[in-house]
Amino acid sequence: MCGIVGIFLKNKELHSQLGSLFSPMLTEMGDRGPDSSGFAIYRDKIEDEFKVTLHSSSKNLNWKEVEKLINSKLKLSIKISKISSHAIFKTKLEPEEIRKFINSNFKDINITSVGKSLEIYKEVGMPLDVLEQFNVINMIGSHMIGHTRMATESAVTTEGAHPFNTGSDLCLVHNGSLSNHNDLRKWLFKEKGIVFQTENDSEVAAGYISFKMEEGLSLKEALENALDDLDGFYTFAVGTKNGFAILRDRIACKPAVIAETDDWVGMASEFRALSRLPNISNANVWEPSPGKVYSWGA
Amino acid sequence: MDETKKIDLKNTEVRELNRMLQKRDGNNFNYFNIINPMGAHAIATGLDNEIDVLIDGHVGYYCAGMNQQSIVTINGNAGVGVAENMMSGKVVVKGDASQSAGATGHGGLLVINGNASARCGISMKGIDIVVGGSVGHNSAFMAQAGNLVICGDAEDGLGDSIYETVIYIKGNYGKLGADCIEKEMNEKHFLRLEKLLDKANIKDDPKKFKRLGSARKLYNFDVKNIDGY
Repeated sequence: MCGIVGIFLKNKELHSQLGSLFSPMLTEMGDRGPDSSGFAIYRDKIEDEFKVTLHSSSKNLNWKEVEKLINSKLKLSIKISKISSHAIFKTKLEPEEIRKFINSNFKDINITSVGKSLEIYKEVGMPLDVLEQFNVINMIGSHMIGHTRMATESAVTTEGAHPFNTGSDLCLVHNGSLSNHNDLRKWLFKEKGIVFQTENDSEVAAGYISFKMEEGLSLKEALENALDDLDGFYTFAVGTKNGFAILRDRIACKPAVIAETDDWVGMASEFRALSRLPNISNANVWEPSPGKVYSWGA
Repeated sequence: MDETKKIDLKNTEVRELNRMLQKRDGNNFNYFNIINPMGAHAIATGLDNEIDVLIDGHVGYYCAGMNQQSIVTINGNAGVGVAENMMSGKVVVKGDASQSAGATGHGGLLVINGNASARCGISMKGIDIVVGGSVGHNSAFMAQAGNLVICGDAEDGLGDSIYETVIYIKGNYGKLGADCIEKEMNEKHFLRLEKLLDKANIKDDPKKFKRLGSARKLYNFDVKNIDGY
């Protein structure tokens, strides 16, 4: 089943409340996806570096050792900060260089995100626990996307939890299942050199969209292309550094509701996740049409 | 009792609410007003009393499902499967309805003042559905009996594999579903449609509507399809 939620703040004055607006949305979708929960937050944009968020399932991993190894091998002076089961560091290296280095040197480390403002945190378990684990309620930023997972296409692990990030600052959450992800994964790897970290179908969708955007398409155009190239059931919520978009496949079996006011855009699998947003009773509330891209920001 | 019983779903569980509406707690209220539905699922389901229920706000899935006798009005939008499998009574959605509105309904009247999304009236079996706006794709799929009135437009696949439901539509329709065709409107149909619009309290001119129904070509095996077997 899976539950997805997203909130994009149009009014800068609300940025300080982002985490507290988002938390009840994800909690409400817990019964659509009790296997794992995750979220992407866009905050604290940096200009000349990238933020890299990491996760390791290994409980004994010493992040200080990882830091030392990266610094000595790459002649850098990065600082890794531990955030619960995740960790974050900043670097001037390009996203693809970082991915290549981490993937080939640390078998038990998974990159959850790379970007100038994106950070992704995810865990196995119910949203309430994950939100508390990362103190989401106090988070400040411009937009957030979240997911509660009922696993279908790959195992119940933190690596298989959403959101998925590929490229820089792009993240995707998915309700549904894709049927041509294996072929597409092979093609994206062979033709475009895109490396995937999991067997998950949604990671392929993220890879596809970031590949299209690197080719120069806008987020809206990339999603319009996805309508023809991705086969299966889906409602996607996609975030970029400054943008937010929603797409449902043409059959539209997977639900979605959008609500919008002058101050924010909220999206969720079901209305109940939006029902606590401020001024919701005056919001424009509608169900996105099948096969139509809705996008905000850049 | 003429007094209205007000129930706030902020501090009442849906299960408790439905117990009350189903009169299993022995109350004798005839009018109920539900506030703060917050998109909860299965509100006012399984009712079988001549009561009047007004819900202020948006509801979640399967609202007023399996309804008998009751009049349920939703002052907002409805989620998936509103009034599914209704037997009798009336359900009114003042806003929009999500997928599969009125699915499998045997009787009663469902009125949607806004738009309905995909599969409105799927497998309807005698219910009357009147939609003030437009409907999504595959509406009236395998619809068996009853009437579906659409004052706006319909997306592709309208009336796919339809049996004996009658569709009245004022606006445009996309590609019709298999075995669904446009049919002539005569005096009898204008009168029937006028009655349906009246019952639904929707003002519109029956003369502007078209009638669609089954070509009845899928009812029997056609020998030209022999190669398919």
